[in-house]
Amino acid sequence: MQNFQGVGVSPGRIIGSVRQMPKPVSEPTSGERLAEGTSPEDAVAGLKAAAQSVHDELKGRADTASGDGKAVLEATALMAKDTMLLKSAAKLINAGSSAERAIWEAGASVSEMLHNLGGYMAERATDVLDVRARIVAELRGVPAPGIPASETPFILVAEDLAPADTATLNPAVVLALVTSGGGPQSHTAIIARSLGLPAVVAAHGVDSVADGSEVYVDGAAGFVAVSPSDEQRAAATAWAETSATLAEFDGNGTTADGHLVPLLANVGGAKDAVAAAALGAQGVGLFRTEFCFLERDTEPSVDEQAAAYKAVFDAFPGKKVVLRTLDAGADKPLPFLTDASEPNPALGVRGYRTDFTTPGVLERQLEAIARAASESEADVWVMAPMISTAAEAGRFASLCAAAGIQTPGVMVEVPSAALTAATVLREVGFASLGTNDLTQYAMAADRQLGPLAELNTPWQPAVLRLVQLTVEGAAQEGSGREGTAKPVGVCGEAAADPALAVVLTGLGVTTLSMTARSLAAVGTVLKTVTLEQAQELARLALSAPSALEARDWVRAKLPVLEELGL
Amino acid sequence: MPERTATIASRSGLHARPAALFAEAAGEQPVEVTIAMQGEPADDALDAASILSLMTLGAAKGDVVVLRAEGDGADAALDALVKLLETDLDAE
Repeated sequence: MQNFQGVGVSPGRIIGSVRQMPKPVSEPTSGERLAEGTSPEDAVAGLKAAAQSVHDELKGRADTASGDGKAVLEATALMAKDTMLLKSAAKLINAGSSAERAIWEAGASVSEMLHNLGGYMAERATDVLDVRARIVAELRGVPAPGIPASETPFILVAEDLAPADTATLNPAVVLALVTSGGGPQSHTAIIARSLGLPAVVAAHGVDSVADGSEVYVDGAAGFVAVSPSDEQRAAATAWAETSATLAEFDGNGTTADGHLVPLLANVGGAKDAVAAAALGAQGVGLFRTEFCFLERDTEPSVDEQAAAYKAVFDAFPGKKVVLRTLDAGADKPLPFLTDASEPNPALGVRGYRTDFTTPGVLERQLEAIARAASESEADVWVMAPMISTAAEAGRFASLCAAAGIQTPGVMVEVPSAALTAATVLREVGFASLGTNDLTQYAMAADRQLGPLAELNTPWQPAVLRLVQLTVEGAAQEGSGREGTAKPVGVCGEAAADPALAVVLTGLGVTTLSMTARSLAAVGTVLKTVTLEQAQELARLALSAPSALEARDWVRAKLPVLEELGL
Repeated sequence: MPERTATIASRSGLHARPAALFAEAAGEQPVEVTIAMQGEPADDALDAASILSLMTLGAAKGDVVVLRAEGDGADAALDALVKLLETDLDAE
């Protein structure tokens, strides 16, 4: 029995037979000449014929695809017989190059040209390389790269997947994805999560498994086994039963005893928002507005911003949408707002602080938000990132009031805001915990440094204690007024971890916001515990001496995670 | 040589789907059609049927481009293509 350990990137336990994706097309040798006896005219004609058949094949696939995938395939099909590409290849052939080498080089230069244009064009650069590989395969008479055509379901094993493969990846036929290369942020991982397919990446050596072999894949544990054991067969059967319930969120975040914890989505634009609404999100807990500003040299106009915000609000009529004002700086620099030469950008002018150095941008953004909110039916809440003091919270609230925004709030990411939550929340209507930054600041560990990954987990008891302090501050502030505490949500990666979501609920967090695909898993696990049990697990986690033990102790008390393969 | 100017109407400019639709239509014409940004020399004009050329042209919404063609059917071809450029193809 042969086992492979990789990185699990999308949960699920499944058994199926392997189909290896054909190896990527190898580069024709540099300087490869036309074969003896082949005239340049014949070679050009051969190239054109190969290009035509690649075009026809891609066009055929486009006809059966839909949506964005269809548009990409149609454009890719046209690239195959593009006159610019074929003419520059013909020129090389006339200078004595083989057809394979000629199209290879012509594709490389066009791809580089697109890449240098940036943005949308740069994304299309890989499509040109894909087309080039297909034409070379056609010329050589070897199978086209890409997903094998099959009627019977299979587990796809590949080195890594390319964007062009994904448009025709049929989730009804492909049971799971396993790659020998790639990582948690690879294209394969992103595709798998968006399609809800179990996936393991970086499983070195898995490309040696023969076609047709039966394998077991555990996408949570990152494990692949050839010739599955009885135990693994039972696990796959159990997953088949539970996965149906994990595919859909019923739109009602609650504990077993009816304590409501609305589950919201993190979105970065209108497309995300529409997808999140379709997946049952009860609103938006974090609307990142950076998309409107990134890759720009100047500030977008109020009109432009208002239209972009309204498009997101319109996906959630009558529901809550929490918008975060521009969070530039540190890992998200903006040329017109932030200073790239800061020695310590994570502790620099970022988030709300850019208003210190470039006043006006925030006020114009608030104006755009207020206008978009007045034209939509969403319940719009607005929060500022990187608030450190009650004075900052107060000033933000008055800017919001001046713009006509009803519900101002703050992100709690800086430990000082958590420690003084009562006074901070006196100024605003709500708080939302950004656990990623809160962890980095509480642990003094840069999020982007691999060697500090162990410190950088929201399971750190110190981070959980800051969450608790924020909730306590909100309760203290609320008790003097309407008798109810001000809402405290969580909108970091922590909320998407079902075990941690239970702990956060137990700590008194009122809403959880996450990537929309995680809603169902979190909702399912939350329904298995009562509020009292969640509170007990929260106390357990807080009392742990380390993040590792906090996680292990809590998971041990939630056998549902193991049962569900989460 | 017959030529026409046209203002790009598609929201995403002459990229993505609008570029694919336009290149396909240009390729179906009986004559070779070239495209250039207004003010650029005719010698630098690109093949309008090449989607890759269109993408490198980088025409955005509101930009004015010049289409040129010669031979039988040139005028009809240009008229048809101008109409396409002046339609918001992203809306369809």
